[in-house]
Amino acid sequence: MTADGAGEVAVETAITTESLDGTEVFRTLGSHADGAVLIFQGRVRQTNEGRAVSSLGYEAYGEMANSELRAICHEAAQKFEIGAISSAHRVGELALGEVSIVVAVSAPHRDQCYDASRWVIEEVKARLPIWKHEHYVDGESHWVGAPDSNLAPERSSPEPEIR
Amino acid sequence: MNTLSVRTLFFGVYAELASSREGVAEMPSGSTVGDLVDTLRGSRGLDWLPERVVVAVNQSYAEIGTQLADGDEVALIPPVAGG
Repeated sequence: MTADGAGEVAVETAITTESLDGTEVFRTLGSHADGAVLIFQGRVRQTNEGRAVSSLGYEAYGEMANSELRAICHEAAQKFEIGAISSAHRVGELALGEVSIVVAVSAPHRDQCYDASRWVIEEVKARLPIWKHEHYVDGESHWVGAPDSNLAPERSSPEPEIR
Repeated sequence: MNTLSVRTLFFGVYAELASSREGVAEMPSGSTVGDLVDTLRGSRGLDWLPERVVVAVNQSYAEIGTQLADGDEVALIPPVAGG
């Protein structure tokens, strides 16, 4: 975990291969000024766009992913009146139902928790340099979001001669 | 002519298509991110790089006009899918 303060808001982030399924670490999030704690967990779902998923591989641009996640949390600390924020993203191979991301926010009141949590997860999806390799029950796999219909190189074509 | 050397990184579907996770590119001094992308796209096996590719220089998202410096780490960022 990378921990630092944004003003008085405690910010903690991690990109990790370790399981995120436990929520014990968030028991001490924030202070007694915070009457609300909201923990969002994203999990590996069994279907995506109609295809049956068997497992997922997450790849990250490690250092940048953590600094970007930290930047997102700091921005949330500026935008919303929260007491603390902690977020971690899992990488590596995940089975169905395993937790891929946690966003935990504490705040004096619930509205700011819900708003900050929702904002952070949307920013993560838009900005975090992390890629999802979906493995399907039928044995195929696909990089999520990859426009490979117009990206696929024609591997069978002969290489041009270099003179 | 003076040149600069940058480390190039590929991730996800780009690494798969490039059959490589990293490389080194030699560019003329004063080259921009856009110049590097054009050069990469013109090299063997990388002609599929999309028109508007997202790039990070030294682990921060960078504009296409950003000037490169010797020793920069330049990552080509495929569509992200975290969460």
